[in-house]
Amino acid sequence: MIILDSGRVIDPANGIDGTRTVLIDGDHIREVREQPATPAEKLVHQVIDCRGRWVLPGLVDLHVHLREPGEEGKETIATGARAAVAGGVTTLVAMPNTKPVCDSASVARFVAARGREAGFARVIPAGAITRGSLGEQLADMAELKEAGCVCVTDDGRPVMSAGVMRRALEYARDLDLPVMVHAEDLTLSSGGCMNEGPAATRLGLPGIPAAAEVAMVQRDLLLAELTGARLHVAHVSAAGSVRAIREAKARGVRVTCEAAPHHFTLTDEAVAGVAAALGPAGEPYDAHAKMNPPLREAADIAALRQGLKDGVIDCIASDHAPHAYDAKEAAFDDAPFGIIGLETAFAVAHTELVLNGVLTLPELIARMSSAPAAAFHLAGGTLQPGAIADVVVLDTATRWTVQPAALLSKSRNTPFAGRTLTGRAALTLVGGNVVHQVKVPA
Amino acid sequence: MALDFPKHLLELEALTRPQIEGLLSLAARFKRERARARGGEAQTDRRGLLRGRNVITLFFETSTRTRSSFEVAAKALGADVLIFQKDASSVAKGESLEDTVRNLDAIGADALVVRHPAAGAPRLVARAVRASVINAGDGAHEHPTQGLLDALSLRERWGTLEGKTVAIVGDIAHSRVARSNIHCLSKLGAHVRVGGPSTLIPSGIEKLGCTVARSLREALTGADAVMALRIQNERIADARLPGPRDYARTWGLNARRLEMLPKEALVLHPGPVNRGVEMSSDVLDSPRSLVMDQVDSGVAVRMAVLALCLRAEVPA
Repeated sequence: MIILDSGRVIDPANGIDGTRTVLIDGDHIREVREQPATPAEKLVHQVIDCRGRWVLPGLVDLHVHLREPGEEGKETIATGARAAVAGGVTTLVAMPNTKPVCDSASVARFVAARGREAGFARVIPAGAITRGSLGEQLADMAELKEAGCVCVTDDGRPVMSAGVMRRALEYARDLDLPVMVHAEDLTLSSGGCMNEGPAATRLGLPGIPAAAEVAMVQRDLLLAELTGARLHVAHVSAAGSVRAIREAKARGVRVTCEAAPHHFTLTDEAVAGVAAALGPAGEPYDAHAKMNPPLREAADIAALRQGLKDGVIDCIASDHAPHAYDAKEAAFDDAPFGIIGLETAFAVAHTELVLNGVLTLPELIARMSSAPAAAFHLAGGTLQPGAIADVVVLDTATRWTVQPAALLSKSRNTPFAGRTLTGRAALTLVGGNVVHQVKVPA
Repeated sequence: MALDFPKHLLELEALTRPQIEGLLSLAARFKRERARARGGEAQTDRRGLLRGRNVITLFFETSTRTRSSFEVAAKALGADVLIFQKDASSVAKGESLEDTVRNLDAIGADALVVRHPAAGAPRLVARAVRASVINAGDGAHEHPTQGLLDALSLRERWGTLEGKTVAIVGDIAHSRVARSNIHCLSKLGAHVRVGGPSTLIPSGIEKLGCTVARSLREALTGADAVMALRIQNERIADARLPGPRDYARTWGLNARRLEMLPKEALVLHPGPVNRGVEMSSDVLDSPRSLVMDQVDSGVAVRMAVLALCLRAEVPA
């Protein structure tokens, strides 16, 4: 047995927040108790002193791009899953926009098998909504579900046809599969590469109005209401989307949503190189501030934070999107969208939300473990006896500086380079195995 | 002449008023010298200023005025000019911008004059090379030498821009000329108004320090000068405008519309002009038009930019 002795246990699913000792037997949680490890236990079992540290269910990230199969130069399932556990993430949902697209059981099984071989975070495949994610014909959703997919999504692009989307929602509802949407009206965002507003105007870059997202969120909420399907809105970035989802939840639409750390910490001024809350000023036209949806404005950040506080935004997900380093060393227009985030998501959220008093630590943990697990009916996110032993021991006081070269992801495209963050995973267990451990200098 | 001037000219937004004024004074000198030479008076030979230096023009978009103007300016200062042909180079084979400019740098460029369709591209170039980088227009961001030459032509007419009002009318959204002029003219004490159909006014443009006029009358009333911008056909294809005729009906400058302007007010256009769309021929060719003087100012301004960025010793 592994005994995590006398840490501050935060287990939102079971309403626990206090000093506890967690007993792990094989691959599952045996007991969470108030009594510290006994001297006898210390002789027999592997007892890890967790005093002064936090012990929580492993984090669950619903939105990760692992690039394999097809673009292994950017990331592989193994490197991504390794990076995940360094960030305290024990379960991740792998987006299907690989090459080929995960729209068949063979790709889904390949992804899951590669994840198991790697032996780090649990890698759960997401299937496509439409064949090839082309937005035209439905993918084989029943087959995808059988092969282990926990949701369907065409992430990276929207299903532009409302008619196709309506049928996809109906079909997925029969299978009880959540439909995750990348909400973007392509006719409104067309040609844009950053948020539309004063910053884009000053830089002379074509803008993407918030309405491109909000209009699509509104459409999909209406269709979810019409069909009774489970909708999950990915990477909510705009205040208008939060408002729309809040209203939809109030009238009983089955919707969950996620926000990404960069969207609730950085504004579009980061593209202009203006110093952000977390750190130093950068260069104008920094493509590390380019992602889709784009960084928005202060009012959007405020709305996202409010949504996280009151639970309208259920989860925090990284939208980890690796790109080769030289792809980002291009003119802003030409650089690809996306940044990595598996290893920084918790620390950014902790530094910006918890240390700034927006969320309590238990609230943050809920948004990053129990709530995402519940959204997609995943096994983790709880320390309930009998549950799988996916556990993180956190050091919430450690201050560390993000050095892209030191990250375990194969890519380095982070907008948080050089920023000093507080808190990181000291120890990560997946299925009772220690898969990540920060070496503490003696 | 010890003028504190940056090594690269990437944008006017970053320049101070003394830097702009110092540059314009030098450009005014070069312009007078060129006028005297044309008038058959004794030429002031400036070919010693950049003798032995290499200036490479690197245009990833088409250009008539700007490129030839830079080349004439560089030659007038004695520099060797190399013209980089995008279509006849490795760029056509897919070489990246950074790799291309690093190679030109290694060949021995002292200055790279860069025009590129992507905003921010010259900054990327400046990060990659040792040479001075001069932005000759990047996407919809800036066209610094155009802003400077407009300021020079206006300053020569007015003596100062302090307190003057300049209206810029047309496709502000896609215009690097508008942005450079807003920065340059307002730094020199002028007030800038922009006007055009709402589809061509970018959101938050007033944050750059200008006001937005919602009609041509509002733009022109009391203005000391008006600058019309080119209306491109793409704006019709992307549904920003119904067509050139409808644009001309509401925002085009013709002799009758110019009656909204004070009598002595000036008319500018950065070229190339769509006669009859943003500006009628009678306006373009009228005495109040500064269009040809702008082109003349262009060579002088580019001489001054090259001299200052390359730290030439200009005798007093």
